[in-house]
Parts: sequence; C-alpha cells; structure tokens
Amino acid sequence: MRTLLELDAVQARYGPVQALHDVSLTVGEGEVVAVLGANGAGKTTTLRAISGTVSRSGGIELDGKALKGGPEAAARAGIAHVPEGRGTFVELTVNENLRLGAYTRRDRAVKQDVERVSGYFPWIAERGGQRAGTLSGGEQQMLALARALMSRPRLLLLDEPSLGLAPMVVREFFRTVRDLNEREGLTVLVVEQDARVALSVSSRAYVLEVGRVALTGTSAELQDDEAVRRSYLGY
Amino acid sequence: MVVAAFADFMQQVVSGLAAGAVYALLALALVIIHRSTGVINFAQGEMALLSTYIAWALITHHDFAYWPAFVATLAISFAGGVATHRIVIRPVEGGSVLRIVIVTIGLLIAINGFVLWQWGGEPRALESPFGIDTYDIGGVVVTANDVGTIAVAFGIVLLLWALFQFTKIGLAIRAAAVNPHEARLVGVRVTWMLALGWGLAATLGAVAGMLTAPTVGLDPNMMQAVLIYAFAAAVLGGIDSPVGAVIGGLLLGLLLNMLSYLAQYEAFDWFSEELRLPMALLLILLVLLVKPSGLFGRPEVKRV
Repeated sequence: MRTLLELDAVQARYGPVQALHDVSLTVGEGEVVAVLGANGAGKTTTLRAISGTVSRSGGIELDGKALKGGPEAAARAGIAHVPEGRGTFVELTVNENLRLGAYTRRDRAVKQDVERVSGYFPWIAERGGQRAGTLSGGEQQMLALARALMSRPRLLLLDEPSLGLAPMVVREFFRTVRDLNEREGLTVLVVEQDARVALSVSSRAYVLEVGRVALTGTSAELQDDEAVRRSYLGY
Repeated sequence: MVVAAFADFMQQVVSGLAAGAVYALLALALVIIHRSTGVINFAQGEMALLSTYIAWALITHHDFAYWPAFVATLAISFAGGVATHRIVIRPVEGGSVLRIVIVTIGLLIAINGFVLWQWGGEPRALESPFGIDTYDIGGVVVTANDVGTIAVAFGIVLLLWALFQFTKIGLAIRAAAVNPHEARLVGVRVTWMLALGWGLAATLGAVAGMLTAPTVGLDPNMMQAVLIYAFAAAVLGGIDSPVGAVIGGLLLGLLLNMLSYLAQYEAFDWFSEELRLPMALLLILLVLLVKPSGLFGRPEVKRV
C-alpha cells in the first residue's frame, strides 16, 4: 500500500505546554486508521498538527510533500478536518455548509457532488434550506461529514465523531464511514475515545499516552489482546 | 382639506424613506463590521465623509462627471476599507474588544483632521445627480432626489444581498464572520475575508455619504448626525442582522418624519427639528432597555 500521510517525530505545543512528543505514524492510501487513548493523550492535537491549527515541528508529509502553513493550506492540499464538536456553520443553511465544503475546488462538478453526497445522507436533499443549527446533534455530525466529502478530500480527519451522540447514531455514522472507504477508497484518520467502535471500522490503530505513541498494531490484534484492552482502551 | 393632508402625509413618508435609506446603508456597514470584527466601527461616519470629499474633489478638480466619479469613489473606498483593516485593525484584532474600539475612535479623529487639513472647514456643494425636479403624483409632490436616493440605496442593498447569497466569495465572507476557525478548516483565508468585509462597509458608507451631501451640504461634520441615526437603526434592527439594519433604517427615517408631520397637531407641537437627534438617542436607549437584541437580532449567545 502506498503511504499517503507520514508523521515523523512530530511535536506540538500550546504555549509552554508540550502536547506531543515525537509522534510518528503513517496512513496508507485507502486505509482507515484509528488514534486511540485517554483524555489528554494528544489525540486531538495530532489531528490539529496535521491540519496546521496548532504550532508544530517535525516532519509531516502528504503524498511525499511536506505540509506547511495553516489550515487553509492543508485544506488546499486535500485534507478535510472534521473537528471535535460537529464543526458545522450553525448559522448557515445545510446547502451553504455543503457549498463551503467545496470551497477549495475550482471545477464545476459541485452540483453533482451534492447529489453524490446526498446518496449517503438522503435527508440532506430535503432540508437544504434549513439552518444547520436547527439539526439534531447526529444530523449535524453527518452534515460535517458530508461537508468534508464535498471537498473530495485525499485524507479525512475525524475528531471524536461519537462525542455526545446516541449509540445507534454512532453506529450509523461509522457504517457510513466504512461505506465511503469501501466504495470510494476514502482514506480516514479517526480519533476516538470509544475504542470499540473505532477498532471495528479501522484496519490499524495507534494508542497514544501523554503525547507519545504507546503502542500500535492492527485493529484485530489490539481488539483481541485483553491486557491491551484493559490497560489502554478501557473495556 | 383631507386630500391635502393626505398628500402632505405621503410626502413625509417619501422623504422619510429617503432619509431612512441613507441610515440603512450606514447601519448595514456597521452591522457588517460588527459581525466580522465584533466591534462598532466609530470611524464609519468619517470614512464615509472622506469618500464623499473624494467624490467631490473628482468632480470639482478633476473634471469627472457625476456617475464616473461615483463609481471611482466606490472603488477607492473599497480599497481604502480593505487597507484600513490590513494596516490598522488587523494588528489589534484578537485582543480585547476595547483596543479595537479605541483604534476606530482614533481613526475617526485622524480622518476628520485629515479632511479639515486637506479641504478646509467651509461647506462645499455636491450637487444631486438626480437634479432638482419634482414630480406630482396624484397631488403628492416628491423630489427627484428623494426618489433617486431610495432607488440607489435599494439597488446597492440588492447587489450586496446577491453577493452574500449567491457567490462563493460572499458565502466565504459570511462563514469567516460567523465561525472563523471552521472557515479556515475548509480553506477560507479568513483575514482576507474580514478585510473584504471592511471594504464592503467602506463602500456602503461612501454611497451613504454621497447621498447625504446634496441635502445636508458637504462639510467636515456632515456624517456625525447620520452616524448616530445609523447606530439607532442598527440597534433597532438588531446589531447582528443585515436585514434588521435595512428595516431599522427605513423605520427610523419614517418615524422621525412622522414626528415632523405630527408636529402640526397640538399633541405633538413640542416636536421640532432640533429633537430629531435626541429622539434617535432615546430610541437607542429604549431598544437597549426593552429588547437589546433588536427587532431581528438573535439574543446574544456567548461564543466560546
């Protein structure tokens, strides 16, 4: 498998606080990779380092090219980051959210893409004029995903999509992510507290502990190792 | 008798709408900046004043016809607004709101000083592009200037609405204003969008200034009262609501002219033109006390 994303000894800090110490990981093209770990382990910061929303050092390469600059540059390079806590423009309509998703694109196929994306979320077509803030939490999370797809991303970053959602909605969300991966070859790096659900969609996973990679393996291995599950994954 | 009273009333309605249209434009400028930068731009009136002087100078000293001067002034004002954000506002953005407010007050004083230094304090005449004709529509006499003012203001508001609603750049400006972090994640260059917002606000102000000058007369104090009316209009409509700013402006213009009209009756004979400005301030106070979010604003939710 071709390596799409490579992090080499990445460090990141919030002011004086160092949040990541030498995190290295890779994501292959068409792969779903999970980043797990406790609160404060640096999961969210890892995604922020990739999209350039936190000051970082070390090597970050997308498709062999170094990622530099802020989130605008990352978006242009093909990274769609769905941040923690939905990440929709609540004051704008569903359609406007989708149009913004396609902001970096210059081609004229945006309209067809709204249809393509609506195929995964049929309710979107009927509620295009509705303000995103009036959607339910689950729908907002779906919209955030739909908006990310509108950019035709090379790499999708998902930050804690299960947060605050009912278990059924979480399952539906991850089922959609898996569909997207299988049908369109979408590459995903997903950060999750809910290790069980994340391991069920991913092929490999990294477990972070206080800003370092504590262990890594295939999702099947991690799931089956009871000691790992108990000490790192909490189930 | 009744017919004459009705005609008089309608005339006041039309001229109230014309005045209100100007308040609406400047109020809209205030709202655009408040939405993106989070402050009231106290320099908005003086920026409009400077634009109007530029239009006047182009016509008087550089042989421009009115409409080419109008368009050139809009372009210059837009560039000036963008530059103001890049050079003066951006360095203090992200800090406390008070810092930005102080900078806009400094800008107010600086621009006013510049205008006085460059063009002096004596009143100048910027003629109405619509002429001095009056039309008699079924006994209601309306001036060409009022009709033209209303038409230009509505045209500009429509253009702006279309820009925000239908274009990619307009959507990006709105996105940058309501949620800058998210906007950056989808690739919007937020600081440039905020600068464009300042440019648009400066352009709206320029239109307001150029529409004000023919009736009020161009002098360095011209926009001070208009800015207060625009504050009142923006507060009445809801300081974060563009629709509110437009409706607030029109309502304020109508309200003040209704008072002028009613002053002929005994119950309102206390009202005279000097009370227009205090009435606007009273309105600001009332709205802030009774319904701080205004007619169209949403109650403030603290964004974290």
